[in-house]
Amino acid sequence: MSMFNTGDILETIEMFTQDNLDVRTVTMGISLLDCIDPDPKKACENIYNKITTKAANLVSTVEHISAEYGIPIINKRISVTPIAMLLGACPEADPVDFAKTLDAAGKKVGVNFVGGYSALVHKGFSAGDRRLIESIPRALAETDIVCSSVNIGATKAGLNMDAIKLMGEAVKKASELTADRQCIGAAKLVVFCNAPEDNPFMAGAFHGPGEPDCEIHVGVSGPGAVRAALARLPKDAPIDEVAELVKRTAFKITRVGQLVANLASKALGVPAGIIDLSLAPTPAIGDSVANILEEMGLETCGCCGTTACLALLNDAVKKGGVMASNHVGGLSGAFIPVSEDAGMIHAAEIGCLTIEKLEAMTAVCSVGIDMVIIPGDTTPAVISALIADEAAIGMVNSKTTAVRVIPAIGRKAGEVLDFGGLLGYGPIMPVNSHDPSVFINRGGRLPAPMQSLKN
Amino acid sequence: MKAFITVIGHDTVGVVAKVAGLCTELNINIEDVTQSILQGMFAMIMLVDLSNCNVDHDQLHKRTDALAAEMGMQINVTRQEVFDAMHTI
Repeated sequence: MSMFNTGDILETIEMFTQDNLDVRTVTMGISLLDCIDPDPKKACENIYNKITTKAANLVSTVEHISAEYGIPIINKRISVTPIAMLLGACPEADPVDFAKTLDAAGKKVGVNFVGGYSALVHKGFSAGDRRLIESIPRALAETDIVCSSVNIGATKAGLNMDAIKLMGEAVKKASELTADRQCIGAAKLVVFCNAPEDNPFMAGAFHGPGEPDCEIHVGVSGPGAVRAALARLPKDAPIDEVAELVKRTAFKITRVGQLVANLASKALGVPAGIIDLSLAPTPAIGDSVANILEEMGLETCGCCGTTACLALLNDAVKKGGVMASNHVGGLSGAFIPVSEDAGMIHAAEIGCLTIEKLEAMTAVCSVGIDMVIIPGDTTPAVISALIADEAAIGMVNSKTTAVRVIPAIGRKAGEVLDFGGLLGYGPIMPVNSHDPSVFINRGGRLPAPMQSLKN
Repeated sequence: MKAFITVIGHDTVGVVAKVAGLCTELNINIEDVTQSILQGMFAMIMLVDLSNCNVDHDQLHKRTDALAAEMGMQINVTRQEVFDAMHTI
């Protein structure tokens, strides 16, 4: 039986069938720069036509690849040029019309999310940016599959404190306008520092101005496969062996993503963009980043040692994945969204995982305070200050950080919100409510750190 | 168009015969077969050529799913390229 290795084949099948290994998303990035028009009706028409043309076969092609090759591929998505860039040309437009256009075009081609109702304001506002930000709560309340993100800081630019103030208000308002729908609006809104322009994951995906006209990105996943591999390692194995095993597993996971990227790119006639080497959990039992950390030897995620284990995991995932892919990009690292991860939900429910610990964890992993449900009476100033803290970590460490918190309107710590599907459910986590509003009301620009001067 | 058909579950009489019968009906050529025990479970692996398969992928999956349900086992059809990507450099 020299033609194939039985162990390898059964390991792969087990990863797909038992350990929830999948390609999490195939995301088509589409530039809308050639859709700009001073007449908002014409601009929206251009957007609709471009998306429905470029992505006409996206869903069917990806589903065909999934069936033909036997690889589970969960989501098909679209990211577009930040809409604020188109809005700048039409000062009289209602920005929400653009969101409705994205919603309609996305539904027409059958994707489950369209990202790019976005603005890049890390150094300041240009035409269209403020109007877009102010319209975000309404846009998210009046559409279903549109996602929004705003980049308020960067290592090279510092932090735009005026934008941070606006975003604290926007997050709160997005929740209020969807209070009858589990506050879903805020779950579709991310506030970034150092946002990547080629991120395939929602809600933060947008198609940056430096990207080509159209490209295909792939986001891999597989926390369950990593956890299952670690479960087979003896509990007294040195930590070096843990790192090695994560690396090997990440390599295999990423190679599947690269294969899908190559196939999708060829079938669609669109260049392959990047592979995002991320461990993205789902609420499915076992498909949890928290469970990986627990498998390394922690009683519950959030206890002392969590940051160190997460640092190892994040690094080993990148080391294993980088050799397996042609172009790495996006967020690339371990995600720690609370409501999308059964282990994180459990840790938060029993009080072992707190927002303060999550903040520390974000210094060593991908992204940030993600899918955290906070008390409904949290003030916009507190949300802004939370954003500022996260952004400072990203700015100083030259990495992406983000905040996606959902104020549970009318509910208090200990109660629950349930979004359903991949967004999951979670307990409301207490937030330090002492008042930072004098700091937030100052506005201005928090200066870029010395790390920005690399030339 | 090489693929591996894997059959995993409790061993019963006629596993090879039933899967081979389906392959014959769908004009799928079996190139190699092996069996092993994986953590107490029976596992059969068939290397097949799908080039002349007389149904499309959706139909093929429907047929293997139906057979899997009938036998109380798990059947997967996965292209060889997937294993090559994951296990070779």
